[in-house]
Amino acid sequence: MGDEQKPEEPSPSDEGREKLLNELSASLGETLIESHLRAHEDLWLRVRVENWSDAVRTARAAGFLYFGFLSAIDWDIAPEGRYEDTEFDEGLTEEDEQPVELDASSGYAGGDSRFQLLAQLYSLERQLGLLLKADVGDDMTVDTIRDIFPGADWHERETHEMFGITFQGHPTLHPLYLPTEFEGHPLRKDFPLLARHVKPWPGVVDIEEIPEHLEAQLEAEVMAAFEAEGGEV
Amino acid sequence: MTTTSDREQMAYVAAQAADARVNVELDTGDMTLNIGPQHPATHGTLRIACKLDGEQVVVAEPIMGYMHRGYEKLCEVRTYPQCTTLVNRIDWLGSFANEVPFILAAERLMEVEAPPRAQWIRTILFELSRIANLSLFLGDMGVQIGALTPVFFAFRDRERVLNQIEEVTGGRFHPNFDRIGGLKDDIPKGWVDETRSVMTKMRTFCDEMEDLLVGNEIFQARCRGVGVIPADVALGHGLSGANLRASGIDWDLRRDANPGLAWDQIDWRVWTHPDGDSFARYWVRLQETREATRIVDQLLDGIPTGPIMAKVPRIIKVPAGEAYVSTENPLGEMGYYIVSKGDLGPFRVKIRTPSFNNISVVPWVMKGVYVPDVITILGSLYFILGDIDR
Repeated sequence: MGDEQKPEEPSPSDEGREKLLNELSASLGETLIESHLRAHEDLWLRVRVENWSDAVRTARAAGFLYFGFLSAIDWDIAPEGRYEDTEFDEGLTEEDEQPVELDASSGYAGGDSRFQLLAQLYSLERQLGLLLKADVGDDMTVDTIRDIFPGADWHERETHEMFGITFQGHPTLHPLYLPTEFEGHPLRKDFPLLARHVKPWPGVVDIEEIPEHLEAQLEAEVMAAFEAEGGEV
Repeated sequence: MTTTSDREQMAYVAAQAADARVNVELDTGDMTLNIGPQHPATHGTLRIACKLDGEQVVVAEPIMGYMHRGYEKLCEVRTYPQCTTLVNRIDWLGSFANEVPFILAAERLMEVEAPPRAQWIRTILFELSRIANLSLFLGDMGVQIGALTPVFFAFRDRERVLNQIEEVTGGRFHPNFDRIGGLKDDIPKGWVDETRSVMTKMRTFCDEMEDLLVGNEIFQARCRGVGVIPADVALGHGLSGANLRASGIDWDLRRDANPGLAWDQIDWRVWTHPDGDSFARYWVRLQETREATRIVDQLLDGIPTGPIMAKVPRIIKVPAGEAYVSTENPLGEMGYYIVSKGDLGPFRVKIRTPSFNNISVVPWVMKGVYVPDVITILGSLYFILGDIDR
C-alpha cells in the first residue's frame, strides 16, 4: 500500500483543503485510516469499512450535502491483461521500448484488500469535493448509505451487480442493468471480456504510420512552429 | 301474489349476483402500466413500470439496461486516445462535451496543460454542443405535451450548429476531436464569422421558443406546479445541471469548479429558478441556451493565437495516479474518475453521468402524479439514454 505516500514535492499550499482535512480527521477519529491531499483536487479519505455509513453521515454533517457518485475499484491485475497477445500485437515491444509493468499498489490513500469502495460527495458552500474510500473485506458486505443519500440507491445496485458487493440494509438489490439471470460480476478484473476472445482487437498500437520521406520534414515543421510560439523544447 | 313475491325475490337475488359479478370484474385495485421501452418520451429505450390507482401513479420504477454497452469495461482494454471514441457516444447529442472531462482528467495525471488557444476552442466547441443539445430539448418538450411545431424549428436550427461543429471537427455527431494536450486541428478560415451569424440565428430560435411555448397557456397549465423537486431532494439524489438550478440552487461547475477552460475569462451568468417544477426546468434551459450563444460570441472575439497542441509524447503513457474531473455538460455534471497504473490505457474508469443521477429521482417525483404528467416530468428532466446506460 501507498507508495503514493512519498514526500510530496513542494506543492502549492491549499488552506481550504488542509483545514477541511483537520476538521474531518478530528470528527472521524479512529474511523479514518489514511488520507491523501493534492492541491486543488478532491480530498481522498480512506475509512474503516465497518464505519462506512458513519463516515458518510459525518461528512454530511460537515456540509457535504451533494451526492456525486458511488462505485468500486477492483485492484487486482487482470489475468488477461489488456488482450495484447493477438497476432496484431506482435511488434508492440519494439514500438514501446519497455513493456509496461503494473505496480500492485492501491492508489491514493492506500488499500489493503482487493475491492475498494469509492464515493464522491460535494460541499457547495465550501466548493470542495471529498472522495471517500473503504476497503471491502472478504465478506463483501458494507452498510448501505441509501438512507443518508437517497441518490445512492441506484449506485449501490450498480456496484452490487458489477462487483458483487452486498449493501446491507438495501431493500431492492436486484440488478439494474443486467438481465436477472446473468451470472458473474462484469467489472471484476477476472471477468473475461468475451468480445476480445471472439474477435481480436486490431487497435492496441494506435500510431499512424508517417511515410519515411515525410517524417523528417514534418518533424522540422512542427518544431519550427513550436519554437516560433516561444515554446520550450 | 306469492308468485310476484317469488319473482321479486328472484329478481333481487339476480341483481345481487350481477352486482357481485360486476364488483369482481371491475376491481379497482392497482393497475400496472408500462411506459416504454419504445416510447417517444423515452429518447431511446427506457421502460417505466407504473403502478396506477385510477389515474394516479402509486409507484413508478424506471427499468433500464436495454442499451448498456459496458463502456467502463471497454475503457480498461483501450489506450487513452481510443477511449475518446467511446465516451463520445455517451451523450450523443452533445458529443464533444463528453470528451473534454476525460481528456482533462488524463491531462491532470500527466501534468500536461493544453495551450490557451486549444482551451478556448475547446470551450467554444463545448458550448456549441451545449446549444445543439439543449435546442433539441427546447423543441422536444413541446412534443411531450402535444405541440408539434417547436420540434421542427429545433431540428432546423440545430442543424446550423451541427454544421459549425462539423466544419471544425469533421463529425456531425461524434467529433473525436479532443486530444491529450490540445486539439486535433485548428479552426478553418472564415469559421468565426459564420459561427457568429449562426449564434444570432440561435438567439432568434430561443425567442421563437419563448413565444411558442413559454408564453403558451396550455404549456403553462401542463408544466407549472408539476413535478416539483425541492432543493434538498435534488442535492440528496445528486441532480445536476439545469435540474439542480431549477430547484433554486445556484451551482454551475463552469463557474464554481472550472477545470481550466476559458469560462472564467468572459462575462456570463448562471440562471436559476426557485420553483423546481417542469416549467422551471424548461425556463432554465432556455436561458442557458441563450446564455451559451453569448458565451460563444465572447469567446469568438478573444481566441488567443498560438499552438493548439502541447508537446506530448507520441505513445501516451499516463503516470500512475487517480483523478476525478467533472464539467458542466449540457445534461449536468459529467465526470470521469480515472485510475492509472502507468499503462497505455486506464486501469479503471468510473463514468459519472448526469442522466443516471437525474433519473434516479423519478420514483420519488412520480409518486402521486397523474398519468399525462409522467410524460411532462420525464421530458423536463431531460435525459439521454446513452447517458444513463453508458
